[in-house]
Amino acid sequence: MKKRVWRLLPLMVFTLLVIFLWRGLSLEPQHLPSTQIGHSLPEFQLPQLGTEHVFSTQTVTGKVALLNVWASWCEACIEEQVFLMQLAQQGVLIYGLNYKDDTADATRWLKEWGNPYQAIGEDHRGKVAIDLGVYGAPETFLLDSHGIIRYRHVGILDAKSWQQEFLPRIRQLETA
Amino acid sequence: MPVRFFLTLCLLFSSYHVFANSMYPLASARQQSQFDHLLKELRCLVCQNQDLADSNAGLAKDLRDQVYLMVKDEKSDSEIINYLTARYGDFILFNPPVKSITLLLWYGPLLFLLLGLFIFWRTCLKRTVNE
Repeated sequence: MKKRVWRLLPLMVFTLLVIFLWRGLSLEPQHLPSTQIGHSLPEFQLPQLGTEHVFSTQTVTGKVALLNVWASWCEACIEEQVFLMQLAQQGVLIYGLNYKDDTADATRWLKEWGNPYQAIGEDHRGKVAIDLGVYGAPETFLLDSHGIIRYRHVGILDAKSWQQEFLPRIRQLETA
Repeated sequence: MPVRFFLTLCLLFSSYHVFANSMYPLASARQQSQFDHLLKELRCLVCQNQDLADSNAGLAKDLRDQVYLMVKDEKSDSEIINYLTARYGDFILFNPPVKSITLLLWYGPLLFLLLGLFIFWRTCLKRTVNE
């Protein structure tokens, strides 16, 4: 009996390896975990697109809201914009962080594809994005009413990820 | 002929260094080497198999500029690496730090080697002793 266990050991090790490698096949190396979850937003003060106001950490705190990182040069952002417009119509608070963009280009882009944002900060140099750990647009952060980052979504925000990733968390935040 | 080919190759691969130096002038050779070795240890998050020194991605350039400013400010290696890992996580390092979560990664190969030797000993060597 004992001998049989020893004979089977290589097979068990092999099976274990197969399970690990199989799992590895479906991991997405492009989707990095955010180190910012559970942290409050970094302090920032940016010019606000289209107005004289300042876009600061205080602008976006107070209510559960989304902070969407976008740019007019970002192809995927166009695809996302339709859904963001729908969310804005449903009353979801969305703030924009215009990432490494030109003011004129950004304004033109919003005219063309719609503006779902309550307010937009212009991060011309991408410094705030670095503080947020952004590595590509679009990215969407879920903020609670204290300005603490609760979730980050990398890539296009669509109905599926909204329902699976955002809605349960928002419900939890609003009941808490 | 092969010598000349080799020299051309060397020139080709060294050209980026000259380029990097002229783009990012630093006060001392010590800072220059700190800057160079940091960029080689840091991963470009957009094209993940490139280091920050090699990558042309926009974010890589921004991070390169940030590292440059910090080196110029006479920040230490660990301060710069802490700054980046606080924002982007350990993934930005090519060499993951030894932590409880990475223990298996670092010592796994040794573990598997020992396990293999052990199995070998149990199955092959012991049998000949018995016979």
